[in-house]
Amino acid sequence: MNLTLKIWRQAGPKAKGEMVTYPVTDISEDMSFLEMLDVLNEQLNARGEEPIAFDSDCREGICGMCGLMISGKAHGPEVTTTCQLHMRSFSDGDEITIEPWRADAFPVIKDLVVDRSSFDRIIQAGGFISANTGSAPEAHSVPVPKPKADRSFMAAACIGCGACVAACPNASGMLFMGAKITHLGELPQGQPERDARVVSMVSQHDHEGFGGCTNVGACSAACPKEIPLDVINQLNKDLRGALMRGE
Amino acid sequence: MKLLMALSGALFVFYVLVHMYGNLKIFGGVEAFDEYALHLRTILMPILPFGGFLWIFRALLVVALAAHAYSAFYLWSRARGARTTRYVAKQAAQATIRSRMMRWGGVALLLFLVWHLLQFTILKINVGPDAAGDSAGKLVISSFQVWWVVLIYVLALAALGMHLWHGVWSASQTLGWTNSAKSRRTAKATATVIALVTAVGFALPPLAILFGIVKGN
Repeated sequence: MNLTLKIWRQAGPKAKGEMVTYPVTDISEDMSFLEMLDVLNEQLNARGEEPIAFDSDCREGICGMCGLMISGKAHGPEVTTTCQLHMRSFSDGDEITIEPWRADAFPVIKDLVVDRSSFDRIIQAGGFISANTGSAPEAHSVPVPKPKADRSFMAAACIGCGACVAACPNASGMLFMGAKITHLGELPQGQPERDARVVSMVSQHDHEGFGGCTNVGACSAACPKEIPLDVINQLNKDLRGALMRGE
Repeated sequence: MKLLMALSGALFVFYVLVHMYGNLKIFGGVEAFDEYALHLRTILMPILPFGGFLWIFRALLVVALAAHAYSAFYLWSRARGARTTRYVAKQAAQATIRSRMMRWGGVALLLFLVWHLLQFTILKINVGPDAAGDSAGKLVISSFQVWWVVLIYVLALAALGMHLWHGVWSASQTLGWTNSAKSRRTAKATATVIALVTAVGFALPPLAILFGIVKGN
């Protein structure tokens, strides 16, 4: 396959960026999207040019490190992460635009790499349970009903990649936050801190400069883990309850 | 902020439904409509003075409008601030037109509201041949015999329908009422029904007048 790539290049956090066009040739359709970029980077290296910086880690779709806006879609045309997207999803001769996640809460570090530590700070604000460490408790000492365990597991699938923020017209982090609220809120271990958690996570989210949710649903459509929109409803419900109880 | 938006929006939903029902009285003729207009001003008399209930209700609507518009512009500016560098290529995946038109549609509705009040409440603009200000029914009928007035209203009602369609669903989501698959279906269906009933219900009188089904005398 021969493709034309238009890629965002930016030397540093404060530098002014621009779109640069790179033709690539002889791309196998069995390559992953990131392997295709590796090929381009090897060519750039050979020519003595600066390779394109992008994030990746596990390359098997579970770590949440990679994430590119591919022709206007977060993680590209398939419901998966960028590393698990393969070139067979494109056709010979395609022109592909590659941009970093765009949100002021995710500032660009270099080229396609963004700083997502705002997500870490949201988790630090309340996305945890306080438990004594030590020997593990007996597995069945805290019973969890099956439907609640299932919903919690579904929400826990979030890998924190940030595609929801990237796809949202308001650059809101509500799907990410809702997933964590639902994950912990459905379990008995999450109850003691439930009210405080939602209030401080939402407050941190707003402080980081994410936008508000207008229930468009673009986040859920872009999510590689298919987290449904109703986790945002759970977040709103918990927040309303917590505010009413004077948290 | 979003709760404020949802609650003030809910008051408007209630109001437009009552308003729409009232408008349908024009099918009963000018007299029925005038009687209805008079009745609005005499509710709760003699506890309240003539027009008292109406003015209390109007004050409530103004407060709700201020809250709704303020929270809308606040959230809008926050959303703009959250992405100051825009994408070069953007495909709005699966976002419906009605959800993307909430903001501009809302502004359009606000402009329409100004026009609507000038025409029928403050009576500054009079487009119909019958300038008689003493009968609300005659005013309505003479205004809607002008085709472009009807066109403005039909466009505004389409905008209102879209706004309600997404708005009712969105408000139930914000209020946390959609936590199960069944309640989500109910919320979506309710939104569709309210949007359709409102838009069609409001559109019937102007269209009927334009096509001469309801005549002045």
